[in-house]
Parts: sequence; structure tokens; C-alpha cells
Amino acid sequence: MTNGWTDVANADVVLVMGGNPAENHPVGFRFVMEAKRLRKAKIVCIDPRFTRTAAVSDLYVPIRSGTDIAFLGGLIHYAVSNNKYQRKYVELNTNASFLIAEGFGFSEGHFSGWKDGKYDKATWQYELDGQGYAKVDPTLEHPRCVFQLMKTHYSRYTPEVVANICGCTAEEFVKAAEMITIAAAADKSGTVLYALGWTHHSFAVQLIHAAAMVQLLMGNIGMPGGGVNAQRGHANIQGSTDMGAWNTLPGYLKIPRANHENLADYLKANTPKALRPNSLNYLGNTPKFMTSLLKAYYGPHATKANDFGYDWLPKVEEGADHSWGTFFDQMHAGKMDGLISFGMNPVANGPNTPKMIRALSKLKWLIVAENFETETAAFWRAKELADKEYPQSLKADDIQTEVFLLPAACFAEKDGAFVNSSRWLQWKEAAVDPPGDARRDQDIISDLFHAVQDLYAKEGGARPEPLMNMQWNYAMPKRPLLGEVAREVNGVDLETGKQLNGFGELKADGSTACGNWVYSGSWTEAGNQMSRRGQGDPTGLGLYPQWAWSWPANRRILYNRASTDSAGKPWDETRAPLRWNGKRWTGDTPDYKADAPPETMAPFIMLPEGVARLFAPDLVEGPFPEHYEPAESPVDNSLHPTVNANPLLRTYNSDMDHFGTAKDFPFVAITYRLTEHFHYWTKHTSSSSELQSNFFVEIPEELAKEKGIANKTLVRVSSARGKIEGPALVTKRLRTLKVSGKKIYQIGLPIHWGFVGKVHGPLINNLTPSAYDPNCGTPEYKGFLVNVEKIG
Amino acid sequence: MPKESSRREFLKRSAKGAAVGGATAVTVPTAVAENSPATLKTANTTKTNSICPYCAVGCSVVVHTIGDKSRNVKPAIVHIEGDPDSPINRGTLCSKGASLEEFVQSDRRLTTVQHRAAGSREWKRMSWAEAVPKMARFIKDSRDKGFEAEDPQGRTVNRLKNIAMIGGCTDTNEINYLLSKFRFGLGMVAYENQSRL
Repeated sequence: MTNGWTDVANADVVLVMGGNPAENHPVGFRFVMEAKRLRKAKIVCIDPRFTRTAAVSDLYVPIRSGTDIAFLGGLIHYAVSNNKYQRKYVELNTNASFLIAEGFGFSEGHFSGWKDGKYDKATWQYELDGQGYAKVDPTLEHPRCVFQLMKTHYSRYTPEVVANICGCTAEEFVKAAEMITIAAAADKSGTVLYALGWTHHSFAVQLIHAAAMVQLLMGNIGMPGGGVNAQRGHANIQGSTDMGAWNTLPGYLKIPRANHENLADYLKANTPKALRPNSLNYLGNTPKFMTSLLKAYYGPHATKANDFGYDWLPKVEEGADHSWGTFFDQMHAGKMDGLISFGMNPVANGPNTPKMIRALSKLKWLIVAENFETETAAFWRAKELADKEYPQSLKADDIQTEVFLLPAACFAEKDGAFVNSSRWLQWKEAAVDPPGDARRDQDIISDLFHAVQDLYAKEGGARPEPLMNMQWNYAMPKRPLLGEVAREVNGVDLETGKQLNGFGELKADGSTACGNWVYSGSWTEAGNQMSRRGQGDPTGLGLYPQWAWSWPANRRILYNRASTDSAGKPWDETRAPLRWNGKRWTGDTPDYKADAPPETMAPFIMLPEGVARLFAPDLVEGPFPEHYEPAESPVDNSLHPTVNANPLLRTYNSDMDHFGTAKDFPFVAITYRLTEHFHYWTKHTSSSSELQSNFFVEIPEELAKEKGIANKTLVRVSSARGKIEGPALVTKRLRTLKVSGKKIYQIGLPIHWGFVGKVHGPLINNLTPSAYDPNCGTPEYKGFLVNVEKIG
Repeated sequence: MPKESSRREFLKRSAKGAAVGGATAVTVPTAVAENSPATLKTANTTKTNSICPYCAVGCSVVVHTIGDKSRNVKPAIVHIEGDPDSPINRGTLCSKGASLEEFVQSDRRLTTVQHRAAGSREWKRMSWAEAVPKMARFIKDSRDKGFEAEDPQGRTVNRLKNIAMIGGCTDTNEINYLLSKFRFGLGMVAYENQSRL
């Protein structure tokens, strides 16, 4: 979230789209209801299904799963063509005025530069002056400025076109647009709450980009009650993201590539240069963050002479991808030896379950650290436990994978910090020891680390240095205290031995060490900031700066400098997170130099432009979001029928990657969570299992009637990947939609069951496709095609 | 493996679950009700601050344990409730959070290392002392086989592609950081967490 849960109460308009907080984040949803009660905020809910969030909203509009970009594109068109955007804010805070190279355009489904299945981005670039700065036209009139290009791009997204794609009516769309654009007034704020209903698409990143564009046009970024807010679905999914994935190091530093042969090459490629003279370009400090990370990893082994150990980090081949879909595909192809899983369950939560099970059966070994026996640990039992659903899976006798299932401690048995969706690092304490032989994860990891290190010390082997030089110098190296680890993550001055106060103190000369620069300030000489329990709220905006600690720098609202005009006057005096007192910015931690007068620099200090990107040339399939159909779609793309899906859609070509068409699979399927269950965990607890013991298939009334299906009738749902069975729940919640003149039915599938647990049921991912977003590699779990048959 | 629990057990336990079910956030009652027993089960407990491990709202919880102060008695959790001091949840929890105690003390919790040999049809109990060296041997042998010190162009790449590691979203920042050190020590490039999904 750019803002946070408690801040949602400051909103005048709440757009809930791609999420269902009333059921999936019920406690967070209290702040939506508070905004409604205290501020008379309007709640607009756009969702394929009439959810409990929809039930308390002021306006609900149903749309077809996977058409959100069309809807948001329609909002952009509506705002710009009806002058319902915050013009001054857009001029000050976005790249609307930036000029783009000659030749940029869009036609027949492709942006300029499309050739041989790839984009040459030459025409997507800013036009630079002699000093390397982007040229701008502050009047926003230049035909090649971002504002005009955006206006042209979205001129196609009229209410009628939106309605025809999404399946709602043009009147419903316009009603929603009127309500959402209330926030275009300088003194009004609107928030956007989303979740996996947006990220589970093969154009997910562009979808979030579209939301950010709407919020920028409304002047909602940096404002209390504003922002783009991902609700997120796991207790520390934010923290695990902050600590890196296949393509990132801790703190969002990019993974080195093979052509970055030394630290200087790496830093040259990954340290942005300011694109405007008034841009602070804070990420120009990347060398300090990177060097300090290397010092945290390699300690005294990291010296200036050896590039601080940079060589020891893995270098990914240029252009290569090692994200989820890719390495499971490689596993399926027999190219991987082993998998280590700490609290993840790919058989349940990866797409295309049959492929996941088959991939795991090709491993030599599998290590799973868990609270419970999961489907992943028990994948070799799929034939025994659920043959009907996984007829393609092998018998246990024929699976040669050796599996270690390690009993791990649960949350209450460990201390450490979780980062919630508001970016608040909240420290917890351990209440009890783990049961029986179960161990804390830090002990499991440390034991494995040392055991492998010992083998290398004894036997030698392939390039031991990266492993042998990695520091694990905790007081008890095999039983590290997480407080000690947290202090290392915060960072330390290696000359004085003192904890750093924040990333502003990091140096690029090797005199500071810091495990994750965005967390610097979380454990200072004053102690653990994450365990703070102060109730103070000096701004009165519900920011609670003394409760826990928020990254970065305890800032509660990102981009908060945009909450005032250029002279530092708040857009809304009653909701000002920042005020300039003549010497300093007061209020929230400023997203700006704390003592820099208002007009000294551009407001978005983290971006080289100094302003936010309406036009984002770094995304792979276009600088503006465009509506593409899901990988499996019931209709042709009415905007450009020859380019139906995302031109850079990522798929794989194994013998288990199948796609269907509307001829065989005429219905659009969506997956969702129920309030009584958490993911695939609570089927191991009694109350949740009792409250929602059975899987069901939500089927629209009209379709049920056509097929002679009543409540509880046993039905089979099939896709090109697999099939599942369950009782029907006939519903009014899924309205029949009209798309391109065609009647479209959507089927609702709750996710929470599997073949182990107190209650059993089919895994929905038996049906989902291995279709992935090309920017981030997220699978398309929503908006795929199925068929429904009555069998009971 | 623990046995699946029976329907009867569900019904027995469900009284508590049913009382807190539904979509709305529920305040766990803290006031003493009429006809309450002389002492509440939380009267003499040790209270530990923790955070709900489910969704990312980040509700603070108070874990009540007894036994901490007695000799030869292992602390046991008797109750988990919302923390009234948290500006996020102010003591409230959803139906899942309100039944967290069952998650911690579920009879399906793993308490021993389980091992499944190649081609076997069953789990067998194994000690940590046996499991750790076996796992380390697998990791080392795979790394020795798959490690690429240089790429075909002779550039230093120090990468390992034949072992993947996943996880972290259920665990703390500090565990995630240790996983990053473990991963980069080995040179692993295939590393993912739930944020991708």
C-alpha cells in the first residue's frame, strides 16, 4: 500500500475493485465503513461477483473477469474528456508534460516498434535535450507530450466500448465514473483497494499501472485517504517481497546479470540518472545500498580490492527468467534436482496442479518445512488420495523423489517482524516452544547452512567461496536470535559499531553494513522500533507514527510531498500529512528532503523523472495499459480482433500445458476466498473446517436453469487442464453479462480445499492455466475458461 | 501422521467457531459476563504480544499462556485474543483470527521429521540427527553437479540452476533475510515466494 489501513478512513471515495475486503480482510474493512460512517464516503465496488463488499457499497457494477483495464481506461477517457481531473496536480506531479520520441503510436493492437514478436522500444523514450534531460511542455499541448498521447490512446475507451467489453451497461459505467471522479476536486481524496482480483491476470502489472494513472489524474497519490493500496493476502508477503525474489536482492536491488562483470558495471547499469534538473533522484544512492548489503553478506571478506565480494553473487544470464512458471517448467522437463520449500504449497497454490505434481515427481529430492502435512509434501500420495482428480499422476511406487517433511514452528512459537500491507513492521514475541521435535525455521536454515558448509570444508567441491564467505556470525551460529538478525538487517556503522539511524547514513566505501536498506531505521541505538506501542497520532489522520515502524524511514504515506501544491500549501487544509513551517516539513516523515523549501525539487524523489509516470516505458508490453483478453477468452478482443491476448503473454510448451477455447469451454471461471478460511491452512483447524467444510461451485441462476441444475446438484467443472466435482450453489450473485452481443456466464470457485486436512475437496488449480504476466510472472488464476456439466 | 478428526470432534469444537463466524469483525468479550466462573481462564496467564499469521491486515493478538511460572510445567497456550492497543484491530479479530488457538494446537501439527524414501508408499519417522546430514548431502551433490562458475563466454557467473527454493511469506523478515543468505551462499537463482502468486 502507498497508504495504510488506518488511513482508509480518510477517504471520500473508496473504489474496491479486484478485491473483496469485507470477506477477505474483514478487520481492515472497518476503515472503509468508518469512512462511510464519518465522512459519508461513497463506496464503489466493481467485481464479477456481488460480494459482501458489494452489498454495503453505494454502487456495484458487475464486470467480466479480466476486463478491468477496459474499465479503468474508460475512467481515464471519462476524466480527461469531461475535465474531471486535478489539472494542477497532474502538471506538478506527473510526466504528463514530458515529450516522447517521434514515431510513438499505437495501432491494431500493437504499440510502435513491434517486430518479429518483440518490441523495439526506441520510440517509447523521452525526447532528451543536450544535457540528457527530458524535454517538457508545461502547457500539455504539444502533440507528442504524454498528456496528449494518453488522451489519444484512451479516446477509444468510450462508455459504450467499455460496456461492450466488460458486460455492464454504459449507464452503470458512467454512474461509477461520476462517483469515482468526485476525487478530482483538490480537497477530495479517493482510495483504491485491490487484491488478487487484479494481480491474477496475464496483464496484471499494466492493470495496477492503469489504477495508478487514474489516481494520479484524480490527484490522489500522496494524499490521506488516497493512494493505490494492495491489500495483500499473507501476513508477511510484503516482507518477503522486500527481501527479494529471483530477480531482486533485499531492498529491491536488481539481481546482477552476466554482463555486469564487476561492481562498477553493475552499479552503472542499475543506478538511475536524473531525467530533470530538479529531480533529487534518490536512487542515485544505489552504490551505498549495494555496497552495504555486500558488507552485511560477506563481512570482513568483502574488501574494496575484491569489489566487496560482488563476484560471489550469482549472475543471471541476460534476458533469462527464473520465476515460478519457468523453474517449474524446467523441473517438469527433468532439469532440476531438488526443491526446498519453507511454508509454501505449490501443489495447492501453483497453477495447473497436474503439471505441478508431475514436476515434483521428477525431482531427486524435496525438502518441505511446514506446520502440517501439505499437498506438496504428500504429492506422491495424489494417486492414493485423489485419483479421480489427478488421473495423470503416477503411483507412489513409480516416484523416485526422496522427501523430507520437517516440523516447523508456527507464528506463536517464534519472534521476529511481519510487515503488513501498510508497510508497518510489527514485531512479535515467542509465546511457547514448538511442539515435540518441531524447530524454529532459523534453526532449520542454520543447521542446513552449516552442514553444507562443513561438507565443503571437508571435501572441497564446486566453487566453495560464495558459501564459505557468507557471514553467519551470530552469537549462537546454529541457533541465531532473530533480534541479532534484525540488527544486521537495519545496518551498522562498522567503524563505531553503532546501529544506523537510517539509510541516509549508508556509505559506498565499505564502512557501513546493511542487510536491507529500506528497513534501515527499524533497530537503531534507541532499540527495536518495530515493537513500539505508542498510541500518539499527532496529525490526527490515523498515521500512528509511534506504533511499530513503517518502511521507508517510518513514512506512513508514500509520496506525501504531492499532498501540497508547489508552494507547500496543502491541497486540503483539513487533511495535511505534511506542512512546511518555514524551516522544515512537519507531520509525516516527508517524502522529500526534510529541510528543503517547497520549490527546490520535484516531488517524487524516488524516480529519476522527479514526477510519477503516466507513461511508463519500462513495462514490457507498452508504456500505456491496453485492454487485452485473458489467455483463454470467450470473445474476440473487440478493440483489435487480430491481437486478442497480451502480445507478450508468457506460456510454456510442455505436454501438460493445454489451452481451451469457448467452443469446448464456454464459461468464464473466477477463483476466490471465503471469509471462514485462510488459503490452504485452516482446513487443518477445526472451526474453519466446520464452518466451511465443503467445496461448492457457484453457478448463475440462468445457466442453472438452462442445465437443469438445482442447489446441491453434483456438477463437474472441467478445463483444458483437468476436472473437478462438487455440489452446485445456484446464485444471483453472478449476473449474466452481455459481451459483444454474446451472453456470458461466469462460474465462481472458492479455493480452500485439497487432499490432506481435516476436510477434503478438489484443488481449484487443477483447472487454472500456466499463463503468466510477462512483466512479473504472475499466473492467470482468474478469467479462464471452463465447462460445467450436471452429473448428479 | 495424525488421524483425521471426526465429525463429532468438529461439532464439539464448533460451538466456539460458530459464535465467531461470519464476515464481520468480532470483538472478543473481555468483560466478565453474568454467571461467569469465579476465575477466568486468562486470570493468571502470561501475556505475549504477537501478530496474526493469516492475511496482511496485521492484527495484533495477545497470546495467553499458563504454566510459565511453575517449575516442571511446560507453558501452554490457553487463549489468543485481539490486542486492544493495536490501532489496526483495536481488540477485534475476524473468524479465522478468533480461532487462532486451534491453529497453534491443531492435532494435525507436525511434531516429528517424516521421511519418504524413493519409491516408498509411506512416511517413516526420522530423527533430525539423521535427516540433516542426508539433506546436506543432497544439496551439496546437486550443487557440485549443477554449479556454473563461468558461463560459455568465460564470464564469472557463480550460479546454480538445478535447486530451487520457495517460501517466506508465512515467516518473518529475519527468516527471509537468512533464506537470502542461504540462497546466495549456494548461488541459487530459482527463488520465489508467494508474492509472485
